[in-house]
Amino acid sequence: MGSQGGFGQSKEFLDLIKSIGEARSKAEEDRIVLHEIETLKRRITEPDIPKRKMKEYIIRLVYVEMLGHDASFGYIHAVKMTHDDNIHLKRTGYLAVTLFLNEDHDLIILIVNTIQKDLKSDNYLVVCAALNVVCKLINEETIPAVLPQVVELLGHQKEAVRKKAVMALHRFYQRAPSSVNHLISNFRKRLCDNDPGVMGATLCPLYDLITIDVNAYKDLVASFASILKQVAERRLPKSYDYHQMPAPFIQIKLLKILALLGSGDKKASEQMYTIVGDIMRKCDSTSNIGNAVLYECICCISSIHPNPKLLESAADAIAKFLKSDSHNLKYLGIDALGRLIKLSPEIAEQHQLAVIDCLEDPDDTLKRKTFELLYKMTKSSNVEVIVDRMIDYMININDSHNKTEIASRCVELAEQFAPSNQWFIQTMNRVFEHAGDLVNPKVAHNLMRLIAEGFGEEDDTADSQLRSSAVESYLRIVVEPKLPSTFLQVICWVLGEYGTADGKYSASYITGKLCDVAEAYSTDDTVKAYAISALMKIYSFEIAAGRKVDVLPECQSFIEELLASHSTDLQQRAYELQAILGLDANVATNIMPMDASCEDIEIDRSLSFLNGYVQQSIEKGAQPYIPESERSGMTDVSSFRSQELHEVSSHALRFEAYELPKPVMPSRVSPIEQSSSNELVPAPEPSYHAEMHQVASSVPSVSDPGSLELKLKLDGVQRKWGRPTYSSAAPSTSNADIPKIQNGAPQLDAVSSSSSKAVSYDSRRQQVEISAEKQKLAASLFGGTSKSHKRQSSGSQKVPKTNIPAAEKSHVAKNATSDTAVLERTPQPPPDLLDLDESAVSSSAQSVDPFKQLEGLLDLNQDTSTLTTSDASASGAPDVMSLYGETTLNVQSGGVPNLLPAGRDEANLLSGLAGTPNRNGHGENTVTNPTQQLNKGPNAKESLEKDALVRQLGVTPTGQNPNLFRDLLG
Amino acid sequence: MIHFVLLISRQGKVRLTKWYSPYPQKERTKVIRELSGLILTRGPKLCNFVEWRGFKVVYRRYASLYFCMCINQDDNELEILEIIHHYVEILDRYFGSVCELDLIFNFHKAYYILDELLIAGELQESSKKTVARHIAAQDSLVETAKEQASSLSNIIAEATK
Repeated sequence: MGSQGGFGQSKEFLDLIKSIGEARSKAEEDRIVLHEIETLKRRITEPDIPKRKMKEYIIRLVYVEMLGHDASFGYIHAVKMTHDDNIHLKRTGYLAVTLFLNEDHDLIILIVNTIQKDLKSDNYLVVCAALNVVCKLINEETIPAVLPQVVELLGHQKEAVRKKAVMALHRFYQRAPSSVNHLISNFRKRLCDNDPGVMGATLCPLYDLITIDVNAYKDLVASFASILKQVAERRLPKSYDYHQMPAPFIQIKLLKILALLGSGDKKASEQMYTIVGDIMRKCDSTSNIGNAVLYECICCISSIHPNPKLLESAADAIAKFLKSDSHNLKYLGIDALGRLIKLSPEIAEQHQLAVIDCLEDPDDTLKRKTFELLYKMTKSSNVEVIVDRMIDYMININDSHNKTEIASRCVELAEQFAPSNQWFIQTMNRVFEHAGDLVNPKVAHNLMRLIAEGFGEEDDTADSQLRSSAVESYLRIVVEPKLPSTFLQVICWVLGEYGTADGKYSASYITGKLCDVAEAYSTDDTVKAYAISALMKIYSFEIAAGRKVDVLPECQSFIEELLASHSTDLQQRAYELQAILGLDANVATNIMPMDASCEDIEIDRSLSFLNGYVQQSIEKGAQPYIPESERSGMTDVSSFRSQELHEVSSHALRFEAYELPKPVMPSRVSPIEQSSSNELVPAPEPSYHAEMHQVASSVPSVSDPGSLELKLKLDGVQRKWGRPTYSSAAPSTSNADIPKIQNGAPQLDAVSSSSSKAVSYDSRRQQVEISAEKQKLAASLFGGTSKSHKRQSSGSQKVPKTNIPAAEKSHVAKNATSDTAVLERTPQPPPDLLDLDESAVSSSAQSVDPFKQLEGLLDLNQDTSTLTTSDASASGAPDVMSLYGETTLNVQSGGVPNLLPAGRDEANLLSGLAGTPNRNGHGENTVTNPTQQLNKGPNAKESLEKDALVRQLGVTPTGQNPNLFRDLLG
Repeated sequence: MIHFVLLISRQGKVRLTKWYSPYPQKERTKVIRELSGLILTRGPKLCNFVEWRGFKVVYRRYASLYFCMCINQDDNELEILEIIHHYVEILDRYFGSVCELDLIFNFHKAYYILDELLIAGELQESSKKTVARHIAAQDSLVETAKEQASSLSNIIAEATK
């Protein structure tokens, strides 16, 4: 350790760390840190600070910044310190700048010069320190300044320098690929470096490069395979062994690279089979690292061209993972299963119960991973169960990132595999209800389109059934509080289009509901816009049907409110609605045709209906319109009216200046049209509507160009979904996959034969009935899989065959899980005390002792014992902030009397019970000494030394947290 | 790639942070708060992995100290778990039965060691011996630094001429 004895820092600094450790709340800690910042600000600007002192200030700045406070006032001093000749100080300076600065910080420019100097240093440690900084701080701009030197260092005699140079170059490549593209061959060269460390480091950049362009590195397949072989055969120095595995980290990197190279390439893959198989066989599956390599092998096998033998051993390994007690291994097993399932779907079936156990595990991480697996193995036969489960899970998630992901997966699966439109709509409703604001708005539009389009042209009754069921479900849902905006938009749109279509509900009922929605969500303008458009549709349908329209009072007040709205959009809609109410049936049918949202809209791009108007204007002497294309190539235009063109060209300058603006201009306002153009051909908005044109030609009052424009824009909002350009691939698949089947009937697999249809139908029925049962879940999740594979051999009767063993198995499994559940439960609740024990399993006797002591002491003092229990319960329901509050570093200087901190932790208890001794540090030490030694375990001498040292510094081991003194490696 | 390394105590105190991807100071505080809420509350028998903001955080508890590393979705979690262990073993060898207190008072040394192990978010050296040798070389150099300072500065001055 350092030169000043102890931990190498001044008393002042130790005091700082101590007081922060003893801070009882975040606020107190902040106060201490802010005070420290003030002190540092003052001190650091003093003239002639001794360098050693300065170094400590910099380290204190690092500490302050680590605790989340701003230490930017001292950055410049850290930068200055990098310039120092003394390597001691330089290193500290470098460390501080790498921790303080991001790559785009202004101060970096002041360090570049120093880095350049240091990269040329004779001392390889200086070079290494500089390279560390290069990796962190050199940005795209400054790469050229150091690049030549870094490249030179690739050939440095010290392997540590070569290694860091490779990593630096890799970093440059990540930052700005173009700057080092010409140097990529260097990585290949370094792969053959004599030093395994350098070789290992080179694998990082190569992995990145191969990810980007596989084909350029196909020639290296043999080299990588042979390196891997040598590593596996322990040809590397013993020092690379890790827990008896030969250089596992290098093996993993190599396997990752091979997976990339062998993907979809049979020839390359064949070169790897032997070595990957060998490694799988040799792997020690009892150690963590062995399993890490094993897992990487499975990833590799699932990525390269499939080999039956390897797949088999991968499946075995997965089975081992899944059967393991360790959650980590289960997690990896599930992940690996997800990878392998694409190649051999039948493998999932063997592990169905394990998968379902994971699905019901209390560990959220594992659960999520399992859902990911289910997502990968979804098909039309099990989509209902899976999506149902996913939504149930989604409802309880709080984290929005997570929720969005699950929601979008539900949507994706539903769109892809929906067995019926009815089911699709119901599922979407659930997704929207619970995660509506997180779903892509496109999904809502898809849903609207699906309801509008139905199954296609042929089956009208099914379509209308679908719509009425949608309407019914929405009328049910709409009364629920706090629905997401997107969902409300869908609801309003559907109610407007189809609310009255089947005659089941009266117009006043639907309009009433719509007004309720608008009122309940009065802050949401979009919803209000949808609602009023829906009202407009319903009223015009009523008018068209020749019925008398009676506007409910609440509708009337809603319309009036919107008439005075600040939103011009809402106002516009309200006025339009009012106008429609005054029209007769014939007009209304034209404006709002029934169920026409999917009709193709004919767009009259030439705007021929305006011809008469244009002609009139020309006759009055207006200039004819010249298309933009002709205007730009003015001189070689030889079309009609060449005279006028000549005239224009004589005013070339003026023309350029005034009339070049886009042709949209003349179409916007009518006065301009009249004055500047005769032949009016504005670029039409793509959202023109057929009905609008009809209106334009038949009802002159509406055909005023200005209002037409506005109107079009507004209506485009709701009509968009019907446009033919909108149709994407997703719904068409759902339609294509699914033959038209009556609502509610389970979907049948199109591939399976007619006899099996009945069977799968039956099995589905059962599953739905008792879905709580695990084996049923298994059957419904995995049944589809087995069907597609076993069916070929065994014809039909397959359901009983898989179901019975599954049931038996699940019975056993259930017993087993309930047992383990009990087992698991017992060790959990007592938090802190047991935590200690658990981490020192290997030396149980040692860790028991202090607690026996503790127990004996407990009886002495009732007060403190209540304190402990309360604490135990507090940490039983862990809350970080409260934990934070009770933390204290067990650093107490013996001299200061008022050190007894908030008596909460068990260790503190110990010192508290020691009572008086605590007042004078020495007495206390006698009590704690044995504990300390025992805790220290195998390394008695070292821990004794440390103990002595610590005491010398006034740090007593029996603060509130004896854990501070625990060996991390118990 | 490792995006950052965090050492948090059981009580939520930060013992070491190292950021390999750019995170502004405000964001860092937020990340630490979020993650300590997520990790410190997890039970002892659960996975050592947490999915977080589309990344994965691998953590491991040693006595009262949590070592956390944030990685990409497709990285090998067990490998990272072992990298953490690798780091702890090196710390243990360096400090001699390392405990949390060692790291509190010598956090800058912990940083130096980390710099020898990871660089730019990748594992640069997997041999314990090599790392230890390198750190020892640096330490011995530091101790003789004062004597060398003058000659070193001459060398550097010469090299940059």
